[in-house]
Amino acid sequence: MRVNPRTAQKFAKGLIWAVALLVIAVLLFIIVFILYRGLSVINWSFLTEVPRRSGRAGGIASPIVGTLSVTLLAVLVAMPFGVGTAFYLAEYTRGGIITRIIRFCTESLAGIPSIIYGLFGFIFFVDVLGLDWSILSGGLTVAIMILPTLIRTSEEAIRSVPVTYREVSYSLGGTKWQTIRRAVVPSAIRGIANGLILSVGRCVAETAALIMTAGVELAMPRSVMDSSKTMAVHFYTLVMEGLSTRNAYGTAAVLIILVFLINVVANMLINRFVAKGR
Amino acid sequence: MMKKIREKLSGGVFFTLALSTISALVIITVFIFVSGMPLIAEVGLFSFTFGMNWSPGQGQFGIFPMIVGTVSVTLGAALIGIPVGICCSIFMAEFAPAPMRTVFRPAIQLLAGIPSVVYGFWGMIFIVPAISNHFGGLGMSILAGSVVLGIMILPTIISISEVSIIAQPRTYKEGALALGMTHWQTILRVQLPAAKSGIVAGVILGIGRAVGETMVVIMVLGNAVALPESILDSVRTLTTNIGIEMSYASGQHQQALFATGIVLFVIIMILNITAQIITRKKVK
Amino acid sequence: MKRLIIAAIVIISMSVLSACAENGSSEEKTTRVIAAGSTSVHPYVEILVEEYRFLYPNHIVGIQGGGSSAGIRAVRNEIAEIGMLSRSLTEEEQDLWSVEIALDGLAIIIHPDNPVDNLSIQQVRDIYTRSITNWSEVGGHDARIHIIAREEGSGTRGAFQELVMADEFISQRAVVQNSNGAIRQLVSGNRDTIGFISLGLAEPQPGMSDVKALSLGGVAPTQKNVLSGEYELFRAFLFVSAKEPEPGSPTRHFIDFVLSDEGQEILMAEGLISIRGRVNDEED
Repeated sequence: MRVNPRTAQKFAKGLIWAVALLVIAVLLFIIVFILYRGLSVINWSFLTEVPRRSGRAGGIASPIVGTLSVTLLAVLVAMPFGVGTAFYLAEYTRGGIITRIIRFCTESLAGIPSIIYGLFGFIFFVDVLGLDWSILSGGLTVAIMILPTLIRTSEEAIRSVPVTYREVSYSLGGTKWQTIRRAVVPSAIRGIANGLILSVGRCVAETAALIMTAGVELAMPRSVMDSSKTMAVHFYTLVMEGLSTRNAYGTAAVLIILVFLINVVANMLINRFVAKGR
Repeated sequence: MMKKIREKLSGGVFFTLALSTISALVIITVFIFVSGMPLIAEVGLFSFTFGMNWSPGQGQFGIFPMIVGTVSVTLGAALIGIPVGICCSIFMAEFAPAPMRTVFRPAIQLLAGIPSVVYGFWGMIFIVPAISNHFGGLGMSILAGSVVLGIMILPTIISISEVSIIAQPRTYKEGALALGMTHWQTILRVQLPAAKSGIVAGVILGIGRAVGETMVVIMVLGNAVALPESILDSVRTLTTNIGIEMSYASGQHQQALFATGIVLFVIIMILNITAQIITRKKVK
Repeated sequence: MKRLIIAAIVIISMSVLSACAENGSSEEKTTRVIAAGSTSVHPYVEILVEEYRFLYPNHIVGIQGGGSSAGIRAVRNEIAEIGMLSRSLTEEEQDLWSVEIALDGLAIIIHPDNPVDNLSIQQVRDIYTRSITNWSEVGGHDARIHIIAREEGSGTRGAFQELVMADEFISQRAVVQNSNGAIRQLVSGNRDTIGFISLGLAEPQPGMSDVKALSLGGVAPTQKNVLSGEYELFRAFLFVSAKEPEPGSPTRHFIDFVLSDEGQEILMAEGLISIRGRVNDEED
């Protein structure tokens, strides 16, 4: 039986609209529900006080600081390595056996559960390097953890730049580095930034690995050598130990708002950057 | 002269960066294998992988029920996440009116960044009780895990697939439309095949996230070590086994958890090889 | 582009520098004591530390979780001064110095609406081996019993295995949760469940639904009955250290505080049983 293409199109369009709207509704519901319960908890003292009685009372000032510093550290460390590797894979190798091995390694490691990175971080950074449970240990561990994601997404973005761009650059006498800088980077930057935002999200969200490396200290950290709970870890303890559902909603709401702010700021930066690059 | 130096330098820098990244990743791999291999050697690969009984206190290390757990939960999540995710990415790339798109694209990115523990918590207070009320039992089950993970991997699949659909040159689409294809035919026969590598990447990343997820599954699966009899039974995945027991394990027990990590690693490699074979075949 | 890179380099070097600077200065005033280990002991020690900080602002004590075995590892590698244990030392760990800081009863808990009030230890054992699978068999409502246990390796599970299960084993079908709080929440939310947790955490807590702690063989689970020896399910919480802390050292100072009247009173207020009670009891 042959279906009229127009009918097929109508049907498919309707189906996709329905599915998309359903998904959007479900996802929005998750956010709105958490925000609805959490926003009433958030006030100035919740944001500026250190948790008391394991988080049953007080605010979440120290986990906020912990989250921001671990994430910043991890992204600053991982970005040059991740993006650099992606450029190497996409631009400097010709799909030989070595490239395939490298790509295979990164893809396999993308699926390794974070708890294993945590264990590695605990033994390597906390113990062998003597960094103790600290924001530094946590940040470095998470930096390694986000590398595969960063490499994969950046490489994909670089590869999706049409070959013609490169050919034009070369035919105008551009060297490889010039081609990358002037032709590839501006077109790939949005995709790379997408990958970066994904990675920042993973840092902010990480729980298992950070319990073992950044520790679970609730006092306000004074340097990157101090241990600190991140918000996700704090939220997990509040929920699983049943310490305070109210503060758990509050923490989750702050987390969502933080992720939102990071997204907005990142997008603004990208837009400015892209505009300037061209 | 400067040009040449800069040329050499940039190549060298990229190579060094790539090398150090790879060595970090290789070190972790070696670390896992060295820590877990002694136990597999002692117990035997077969009785470790296909053993039905996990009770480290009595020196029994069989992880077959957990392999079944991982596979079933991941399969469930993929069944929900992949079709729905691809539909949404087509919607975002092709059908959504422009104002809708400008709202939803950042919204999806935002959702990709929401900590998985939040999804797990949501599953704990909505999905688990809903299953318990409708089907009886405790509600902590394969079904609960599949639904929560399926939803959780959506943003990853959607945002990556959408980017790769959009990244295709406009000429593909225009050419197909000019040939008299309908919009839907163009999507199905031209745009999706062209964006396939990106979509597969998104799907693999999403499934990888589902396989590797620890905290969410601890929260909604119930973590029983027995072989499940239905999708309403509680199971334990390989990651949960590590996540839930690592903190108290010592000696052989700890080695067994690393060995669990090795098996997980191998499963993910098999997943990758399959994906690579699939993409390569279709390209030809 | 260049400016951004320079900015990034400046930020990185600044943070590394400040890290080194802080590291140097903190090494000069190393009065910091870190206690790490069992997640069961953790919440109690956290409360002790809050009081300790208030009394002695110059003495800094940090607390880390990770589980009993992580505590042992931390003490051995000198990452932590004190390891917190909810189980007794194994044979390989006998070289460490240890001190009991409190006793903790083990409560068998069920949902408050469950009509059962009392079980014999034999009945609890049969429930956990699944010889008894329905509440009506032990005088309750007609419903399947959902058993919930701690993970392999945890001190609480170890104590339960030793004191209740004796030669038999907890069914593999048991749902597993890796903290007292998680089990408490599950049990308080489902009428058909049974679990075991630290006695101190079984009491009503502000902002949480209640659970009912069962009497065993007619003996109610109270601090008094644990002290008198009538309620048989209890274990000790330990502090361990690489070697006996010297008098006057910060570690000793904190341990002395925990063992002082004040420290023990705080622990008793949180539902633990003071070791003094038992020492006196034995002397009487």
